[in-house]
Amino acid sequence: MTDTTELVREPQSKPEQKLGLVDCDIHPALSTPGELGPFLPLRWREHVREFGMRSPNPLMGALPYARIGHGMRRDSYPPEGGPPASSLAFMQEQILDPLNIEYGLLHALNAGPSVMNLELGAAVCAAMNDWQIDKWCSKDARLKGGISVPQEDAEASVKEIERWTGDDRFVQLAIVPKSLEPLGRKRYWPIWEAAEAHSLPVGMHSAAYGTHANTGAGWASFYFEEHYSFAHTAQTALISMIFEGVFERFPKLKLVLVEGGFAWLAPLMWRMDREWELRKGEVPMCKRKPSDYVRSNVWLTTQPMEEPTKVKNIAHVLKWLGPDKLMFSTDYPHWDFDHPDRVFKVGLSPEEKQGILRDNAISVYGLN
Amino acid sequence: MGKHVVCRVDEIDIKMGKLVHVEGRDIAVFNLGDRFAAVSNKCPHEGADLCAGKVFGFPEADGPGCYRVSDRLMVRCPWHGWEFDLETGRSYVDPNRVRVKPFDVSVSDGAGLAEGPYQVETFEVETDGKYVIVEV
Amino acid sequence: MTETDTLERPLTKVLPGAIDCDIHPRSPKLDDLMPHLDAYWRDMLPERDIDRLELTTMPTSIGSWALPGGTDGVQDAASLGKSLLDPTGVSAGILNLVNGVQALYDPYMSTAICQATNRWLASDWLDRDPRLRAGLVIPFRNPEAAAEEINRYRDDKRFVQIIALAMGEAPLGRRDFWPIYRAAAEAGFALNIQPGSIYRASPTQSGYLSSLVEEQVHQTQGFASQIASLLAEGVFTEFPEMKTVLAGSGAGWLFGLSWRMAKDWRGARVEVPWIKDSPDDIIARQVRMTIRPLDAPPDPADGAELIDCIGSPDMLLYSSDYPRAHPDAPGTWPAEIPAEYAAQICKANALATYPRLEVTP
Repeated sequence: MTDTTELVREPQSKPEQKLGLVDCDIHPALSTPGELGPFLPLRWREHVREFGMRSPNPLMGALPYARIGHGMRRDSYPPEGGPPASSLAFMQEQILDPLNIEYGLLHALNAGPSVMNLELGAAVCAAMNDWQIDKWCSKDARLKGGISVPQEDAEASVKEIERWTGDDRFVQLAIVPKSLEPLGRKRYWPIWEAAEAHSLPVGMHSAAYGTHANTGAGWASFYFEEHYSFAHTAQTALISMIFEGVFERFPKLKLVLVEGGFAWLAPLMWRMDREWELRKGEVPMCKRKPSDYVRSNVWLTTQPMEEPTKVKNIAHVLKWLGPDKLMFSTDYPHWDFDHPDRVFKVGLSPEEKQGILRDNAISVYGLN
Repeated sequence: MGKHVVCRVDEIDIKMGKLVHVEGRDIAVFNLGDRFAAVSNKCPHEGADLCAGKVFGFPEADGPGCYRVSDRLMVRCPWHGWEFDLETGRSYVDPNRVRVKPFDVSVSDGAGLAEGPYQVETFEVETDGKYVIVEV
Repeated sequence: MTETDTLERPLTKVLPGAIDCDIHPRSPKLDDLMPHLDAYWRDMLPERDIDRLELTTMPTSIGSWALPGGTDGVQDAASLGKSLLDPTGVSAGILNLVNGVQALYDPYMSTAICQATNRWLASDWLDRDPRLRAGLVIPFRNPEAAAEEINRYRDDKRFVQIIALAMGEAPLGRRDFWPIYRAAAEAGFALNIQPGSIYRASPTQSGYLSSLVEEQVHQTQGFASQIASLLAEGVFTEFPEMKTVLAGSGAGWLFGLSWRMAKDWRGARVEVPWIKDSPDDIIARQVRMTIRPLDAPPDPADGAELIDCIGSPDMLLYSSDYPRAHPDAPGTWPAEIPAEYAAQICKANALATYPRLEVTP
């Protein structure tokens, strides 16, 4: 462990031994926008054609915080054409095989949870789920799906969860943290109840757009700011779910915060505990110290890996957080992809590394 | 130190790169339009292949909103976008600690190559072609 | 302040002669402001029920907000002297008024009340205790008038900073506010950001939080977003002489922001090429934070590591955050901050942050 990263050294191209690993964040893509069509009922296909698919994104078909390099790994475009991660064969060739990925957890990003017409949103989520099975999970057993739900309609969400009862190709619930109301509020509790009942961890992946401004003072100007603000959406969900008593009511519920960073969590735990001590009378439903719920119910994925200038400071954060809270993810095929051989610049014990790369996820998701 | 013929000039599109192997090294060769450049292929950050990166002019600004593009040519890593100067191999974000190895590159026509001292291991050189030479 | 005779180990109290960078006077009532208003507003305000200017996010009147007796301690300069300045032995204390003037929509009403408030701070507080300094209250909804107000106080060095909110009118980096920063930077004012929201936008990206305790926990997001904005829009680099002071932010959260901004800059700086240094370096240079409350690890022995994660002890300023309730008494030295940093955090850092601040030794 040193103060300076050893970036100047020419890298070894082959690591000695490949550990099987679990990648907790892979983004499968539609080859063409029309690829989802066959999974949508005719009624909704016609609806989308005639009235559009309205979401809180102010632009149709583009992101107002314009990405750089299309937001993708520049080398992830399949040779046969189509967008990155739209080809199973190329995904296998580019990451699943060479990184020895034992399980790859899919986060099929889609507008379904945010579409303003809730019934359409439900149909889009259902179609994305069918598509995940059809195109990915049924073709490669390493790939595990996340059930997308129209989360602003709890009843419809529970129906969609129940549609997949017993199908172990889905290993989690895919929830977006940019919700209409903070996710600890009662309107979402039926979803948490179903997730707990079906032993589905809640994978909460940052989302590009939502109804509310991305800072408490209004909309930021740059992608550079927006990208950071994803961490805040995860924090808000966590704060709300803890203080509203979600983990008290659903003690077996597991929350996995995906792609929100992790350095912020230890200071947030300290802060939550202090403020709770001062004002717990306001939130009697939050019975334990907030950090206790983090210890028992919450995990985070590693990407985008924190990279402080002083590498040793990561060790402090790991000490405060506990390496058992972290699960490796690549975010393939996005530009801020993390490579398992290269991402840990700070010394980890073999057990810690094995835990982060594989074992923590195997246990959280009940894989194997 | 030897001069190695690595490819024909028309094998690399303008602003794009190509991976070549010379004496056990992976080297990314770029076509800058009026000349070629070469650096070691692996990005020292997380190991991406720089040959898959794209060559850009270097965006600078004299103040917020006052953009200009300087003629300093950089390859932008295909993953995280870190920029490396193709002349010096130094990264923009941390030029002293994060850098790749630059190699001298030249272009020669096939007729001249027949006379040496060039190492032509992998393919036939045609006298009417133009070739990229990397010094390793 | 002599270090040798006051340094206890472990240090339990703030060093005598310290500069307290965050004290909150009570909000002025209409009667306090009347003498400082012009004829129009003297006629108008009593008709329009503008009297209690208390932010929902900074509810100073509720039971759990202040220390026992704290509300009485900030009634006037004399009570503050007795309840805080004398017992803690500070050489100077900066009054930062956080109230509802920030939330008014009418830009001219907001301007008039800011002006009257500053006059009231000068006459009723600063004139009555030479230890007191203050933050200038300015109308962010009327940047031109805000800049004029700053210029008006150019020569009154008892005003050392301008007050902004973590979740105010708009992201603070926006160009609309640059006339404010130009005036502030020229006159040597620092930019002071206080916790609080005026609900122009919902405080979170998922709407409004149910409880006050959640909102208090959440304040760090407001601060972090403002630092991101000031950085990304180029305020830190355009106005390098103006320090930004985060008051009552908790401080310990900062590295979650600065590491991430530094990382994203390496890959995405082409979007904001006016940022030429790593954001963690710029933040360390430009941003200062008060130490109360402090988001700190449960084991005080980890304090030095926390400060290393944040950046450096140069970034920290002593504060009491009086009269807000915190687990320990005002003037208590936080066990997490190593005693060897006490001298600079109590005084030298504040003097380096506030060029207008003059303290007789």
